[in-house]
Amino acid sequence: MSAHCENGVISNLLKFHNITLSEPMIFGIGSGLFFTYMPFIKMTGIPVTSFRPVPGLIFKRVTKRLGINIKVQKFKNKSTAMNELDTLIEKGIPTGMVVGVYDLTYFPPAYRFRFNAHNIIATGKTNNLYHISDPIMEKIETIKYEDLLKTRFAKGTYKPNGKMYYIKEVPTDININPAIIKGIKHTCKDMLTIPINYFGVKGISILANHIEKWPKKLGERKAKLYLGQVVRMQEEIGTGGAGFRFLYAAFLQESSNVLNIPALNEMSEQMTIIGDRWRDFGILSGRIFKQREKSKSAYNEAANILRDIRTSEESFFKELRKTV
Amino acid sequence: MKKEDVPQNNENLLNGIKEIQYAVDENGKYTKVLSYGWKPKNDALKQAVNVLDEQIEDARLQVLDGSKSPLFFWMLLKQMDYSILKEYTGINKFKIKRHCKPSIFKKLKNNTLEKYAKTFDISLNDLKSVPKETIYSLEYNFNFKLENKEIQ
Repeated sequence: MSAHCENGVISNLLKFHNITLSEPMIFGIGSGLFFTYMPFIKMTGIPVTSFRPVPGLIFKRVTKRLGINIKVQKFKNKSTAMNELDTLIEKGIPTGMVVGVYDLTYFPPAYRFRFNAHNIIATGKTNNLYHISDPIMEKIETIKYEDLLKTRFAKGTYKPNGKMYYIKEVPTDININPAIIKGIKHTCKDMLTIPINYFGVKGISILANHIEKWPKKLGERKAKLYLGQVVRMQEEIGTGGAGFRFLYAAFLQESSNVLNIPALNEMSEQMTIIGDRWRDFGILSGRIFKQREKSKSAYNEAANILRDIRTSEESFFKELRKTV
Repeated sequence: MKKEDVPQNNENLLNGIKEIQYAVDENGKYTKVLSYGWKPKNDALKQAVNVLDEQIEDARLQVLDGSKSPLFFWMLLKQMDYSILKEYTGINKFKIKRHCKPSIFKKLKNNTLEKYAKTFDISLNDLKSVPKETIYSLEYNFNFKLENKEIQ
């Protein structure tokens, strides 16, 4: 499961240091676009499908590529974790944290699953209440000391272990151009050349093949549940829609202007069309959830949309690789 | 996706907030658009919530017919499994599984029960039984009612 938020948090942390970088820019430089389908890893009994790299990776890449000096800490001791946070807040340093959303009291209740890789920023504290900037919320939220402690030490998959991070130092002038190129190249590599079939565009084909088999193999009820999980991951809050494809198209458009490479704008348009195809897949899946009768041909149709997407993404990233 | 095509299917799943979608405006420029939700996505989320509720109801009935102890019900209601509960309580999985048997649960000492109750954030008394009627986890845990549970 994933409520994605790393881009938003990085963007906000940089803002405190007077660096304005858009969310798509952060996403692209951090090579946030990805695809993986891992039928052998299950969460709450459902195979993992993900449209992003593992949590924390975007942050690591962005700060490295922009030459930003950061400090990341994990804790064994809970009160140390809270005291260290308080010290930073007192110094006026906005601090990012990885938290579980189940105990995040202000979060939309329907989204409070035991998902542990959400990112938030503590910006201040009044008595027992922490002021939180959460990329999915519209205003500054507050959370009590004991609840924040709980979320920072949530248990289950991807335990945060109190993880927190902050910017120590930013270079006086940041040159984003080489960072953009690096980001794009890395994404092309991730999508095309990882020699494991479950990663990148090849993973999309495997998912397509499996989807076709689900109704017969799992029964209609479970097949729907598996399919629902794919749609949830694709459209999770923070993806910007279509499994980050629209966000990536926005990044390519912005990069086209920054780097003055008109071809990147054309690539952006192509990525928008691919994003629309992912939405088609979502719409068809939505119809499958509702159908009470057997709908095996609909599963085949959904699989075919994915095969189509795989072909498009494969040629897209090959072309993109040549563009930069 | 065009700005005007960004879906606005509000079923209040986001509890009043809106989420950011990226879409192109009339000049082909990417822009942020706030969305109340999208039907297929809403349905997928409701499906996930409904499945949890079915499992919880199943557990509740198993406790009532004497095949499981209330611990099993509370574990599911709090979205846990044996591994997560083990991490929170420090009690090993094998033992937790045994504690889900009614005969063994009945003999548990108070300090063991307290560990569980504290983890679930409920009273010792609550832990010893299950609600008489079907419950909905979002309502019970977070005081939140889905406008419409059905996928239509």
